[in-house]
Amino acid sequence: MNLLVNKSENNFEQCIKCTICTVYCPVSKVNPEYPGPKQSGPDGERLRLKNPDFYDESLKYCINCKRCEVACPSNVKIGDIIQMARIKYSQKKPTLRDTILAHTDFMGTLATPFAPVVNAITSAKPVKKILDPLLQIDKRRNLPKYSFGTFRNWYKKIAEQQKTFAEQVSYFHGCYVNYNNPQLGKDLIKIMNSLNIGVQLLEKERCCGIALISNGFIDKAAKNAKLDEQEIRKSVLEKKLPVLTTSSSCTFTIRDEHPHLLGIDNREVRDEIELATRYIYRLLSTNQSNIPEFNNGKLKIAYHTPCHMEKLGWSYYSIELLKLIPKVEVTVLDSNCCGIAGTFGFKKENHETSKKIGESLFKQIEEGGFDLVSSDCETCKWQIEMFTSKKCEHPLSILAKVLA
Amino acid sequence: MTFDTVIIGGGLSGLISGIRLLQNKKKCAIISSGQSALHFFSGSFDLLNFLPNGEKVAYPQKEINKLIKNFPEHPYTKLGENEFNKLTEQAEQLLKQVGLHVQGSSEKNHFRITPLGELKPTWLTMPQFAITHNDSLLPWKKVCLINIKGFLDFHPEFVSEAFKAKGVKTEIQFFDLPELDRIRKNPSEFRSTNLSIILDKESSREKMIEDFSVFSKNSDALILPDCWGHKNSSLLSDVMKEIGKPIFLLPTFPPSLIGVYTQQFLKDCFTKLGGTYMLGDSVTEANIKNNRVTEVFTKNHGNIPFKADNVILSSGSFFSQGIIADMNKVYEPVFSLDTDFLEKRSDWYNRNLFENQKYQQFGVKTDNNFRGLKNGKPIDNLFVTGAILNGFNPIKEGCGAGVSILTALYVANQILIKEQTYESAGQ
Ligand code: SF4
Ligand code: SF4
Repeated sequence: MNLLVNKSENNFEQCIKCTICTVYCPVSKVNPEYPGPKQSGPDGERLRLKNPDFYDESLKYCINCKRCEVACPSNVKIGDIIQMARIKYSQKKPTLRDTILAHTDFMGTLATPFAPVVNAITSAKPVKKILDPLLQIDKRRNLPKYSFGTFRNWYKKIAEQQKTFAEQVSYFHGCYVNYNNPQLGKDLIKIMNSLNIGVQLLEKERCCGIALISNGFIDKAAKNAKLDEQEIRKSVLEKKLPVLTTSSSCTFTIRDEHPHLLGIDNREVRDEIELATRYIYRLLSTNQSNIPEFNNGKLKIAYHTPCHMEKLGWSYYSIELLKLIPKVEVTVLDSNCCGIAGTFGFKKENHETSKKIGESLFKQIEEGGFDLVSSDCETCKWQIEMFTSKKCEHPLSILAKVLA
Repeated sequence: MTFDTVIIGGGLSGLISGIRLLQNKKKCAIISSGQSALHFFSGSFDLLNFLPNGEKVAYPQKEINKLIKNFPEHPYTKLGENEFNKLTEQAEQLLKQVGLHVQGSSEKNHFRITPLGELKPTWLTMPQFAITHNDSLLPWKKVCLINIKGFLDFHPEFVSEAFKAKGVKTEIQFFDLPELDRIRKNPSEFRSTNLSIILDKESSREKMIEDFSVFSKNSDALILPDCWGHKNSSLLSDVMKEIGKPIFLLPTFPPSLIGVYTQQFLKDCFTKLGGTYMLGDSVTEANIKNNRVTEVFTKNHGNIPFKADNVILSSGSFFSQGIIADMNKVYEPVFSLDTDFLEKRSDWYNRNLFENQKYQQFGVKTDNNFRGLKNGKPIDNLFVTGAILNGFNPIKEGCGAGVSILTALYVANQILIKEQTYESAGQ
C-alpha cells in the first residue's frame, strides 16, 4: 500500500501558513531582498494564478536548495512552485555571463584540450579582473580548474578491460567528472572493480541541466533531459544495468527535477538511478565478506551534507561508508547550506550573500580540528576549499585512496 | 539500515525517547516528515491541569490518583501512580541533563501567561518566560509591555486589560529598528521568525538599551513578545544588566519561535549523541512477520529498509497525520493499528468550538505497555507514544506535553529493561 496521499501537481493549497519554511531558508536569513519561501512559493502562487503581473523578479534569489521543502510539515513543494513560476513568468533574458556559467558541458568541451592554458589564464589576477567587470563573475572567486583531457577520453583506454567483469553497472559521470575532476570517476571505477564489478558509460551523456534550469535555459535543459532519459532507459530497461552517479546534485536533478520541472516521465527507471555510495552501501550491508581492506593512518573527517543530499535523504550511506575505514573519526557537521548553490555563488552580485550563507559552516569546519572535509557535491567542494583552509574530497575518493 | 530502535516521528515524544535510548548507547534513527507540532509550542509543557470531568488539578503528583481511579483509558492510568511520579522526575532530570533549564515541578503546577494575558496552569516553563505561582496574583506592581511596531501576533492591549483586572498597572511602548522596514513592506511576512533574525543582531543591542531604559523608568519589569534571544543567547541578559530591570517574554501567536528553537535544540542533542535523524522522509510501508515489525520502508530510501529490534510510533495526531480521518473512520496509516473513535461522525465534534471535542480523544489503541494493537492483539516490538495515543484530551485536560514525554520515557525504559534481561539471560 502506498501511503503518500495523492497531491495535486501544484499543491500550494496545502500550505497552513506556519512560516516554518522561512525559518530554514538559507537565503532569507541573509538577503533582505528575498521575500522568503512562503511568500515566493504558496502565497505568491495564489496571486500569480489570478494575474501573472504579480510575478516578482526577486524570485531569482531562490537558490533552489529545497531546504524549505524538507522542513515543511505539510509537504508543500515550495521549491518546485518557485522554480515553475520562474520558468513560466520570468521575462528576464539570461546574460552572456549566465550563458557561460550555465553551459557547463559546452564550456568543458572548449576548455579541456587547452586545460593548462585555461587554468593559468582563469587563475591569473588580471584575467579575473577582466572577468569581473566584463562578465560580472566575481574576481574574488577561484574558478573551477579544467582537467587536461576528458574522463570519457581516458575511459576509452579501459573500456575493453571493464567488460571482463561478470557483473556490470552504468555510470552517469556528469560534466564535473568529465571536464574538471576525472579522478573521481577513476576512483569510482577502482572501488567498483575491487568489488568485482565493471563500469560502463552511457553511450552519450548530456549535462543533467541543473545549471541551465537555474539560469533560465529551460528549453535547452528539457532537450538535454530527454536525451539523457533515452540513454538511461537503454541502460536500465534493455541492458538491465542500474545507472550510478557520484554527484548528489546531478542525481537529484535527474530523479526529481526532470519529472517535476521539465515534464520528463521517468517513473519506469527512476528507482534505478542512484548514488554510487548508496549502491555500494547496499552491496556491503547484504554481504559482509565484500568489505574491502584498507590501509591508512588516523584521519579526522568532517562530513558536510549538501542541500540536494539533504533532500534525497541519502547522506547516511556516504557517512556509513566513511565509517568503514578503520582509524577514521567521522563528524557530521550541522546540515547548513554552504552558499555556493551551483553557479549562484560565482555571480558578482551574489558573492557576499554566498559567503554569508556559508559562514556558520566554515566556522564549524575551522574550529573542529579536522584533517579533511568530505562531501558528495562538487560545488560544495569549491566553496569549502575557497572559504576554509581545508581540502574537501568526495567520500569515494577518500575510500579509493585508502583501499589496500 | 540496521538500528536498535527506529522511531517514526521526530517531534517532542520521538526525540525524548530517542535521547533516552542514545544515552544508554542504543543505536537509533528517527524518521520525520517535515518539522513537528513543536512549532506551535507555548513555551510551557503541561502535565495535568484538569481531570477529564473538568475538575482543577493543582498538585499533579498528589492528585493523579483521582484520574487513575475514574478514567481507565487514559495513558496516565496505564502508567499507574508510582510510574507517573517516577517518570515526571525522570523527565525533569533529563531536560536538565541536556541543558534545557526549565522552571517548575510536577509537585505543584505554576501559571504561565498566555498571549492574551490570561493565567493558565502548567508544569514546566522555558527560562525567560513570565510565570507566577499564584493564579490570582502577578509578581509585579507595574510592568511595561513592549511590542514591535506593526507586529500583529502579539497584542499588548489584551495583556494590559487582563493585568489591570489583577491589579497590575501597565504601560505600552513600541520598539522599532530601521532594518525592520523592509519586512514591514509585506505584512504577511512580519512574523516572529523573521523579526528575530534582525532583532537578535548585535547591532540592535544599543537601541534596545537606550529605549528600554527609558521605557522601564516607572516599571518593575519589562515584558516582550517572544522574538528575542534565540540566536544571541546573551543579548537579553546583557540588556537586563545594563538597564537594571528584569525582562520577561510572553508567547506570541504561532509560529512560535521558542518552539522552533526547542525542536532544534532537542534534535541537536539527538544527533550529537549519535542518533540518525532523517528529516523530510515518510514511511510508505512496513512488514510484520510473526507478530513483529521486521522492516520499515520510506519514500527516500526506497528498496533499502530500516531494520530494528524495536519500533516506536510517535507520529502525532491529526495535524501531523499520525492518524487520519476520512468520512466514516479514523485510521493509522503506517501499520493499520486499531483505532479508537466514535461510530457516528456527527458525534465526533461539537459545533461549539469551546466545548469538549470528542475527536481530540481519538487515537491508536495499545496494551498497558503501550504496544500497538492490531486486530486486538499487541505487536511484540511496536510501541506507541505521544499525541497519537487514544484516551485523553490534550486541550481540555492540559496534558499533551506530559503524555508525549512520559509515554516516551516509559517506552524507552521498557526497551532498556527488556534488553538488559535478554543480555543477563544470555550470559
Ligand atoms: S512550511 Fe509549508 S505549510 Fe508552513 S508556511 Fe511554509 S509552505 Fe506553508
Ligand atoms: S529552495 Fe532554498 S533558497 Fe529557495 S526558498 Fe527554498 S529554502 Fe529558500
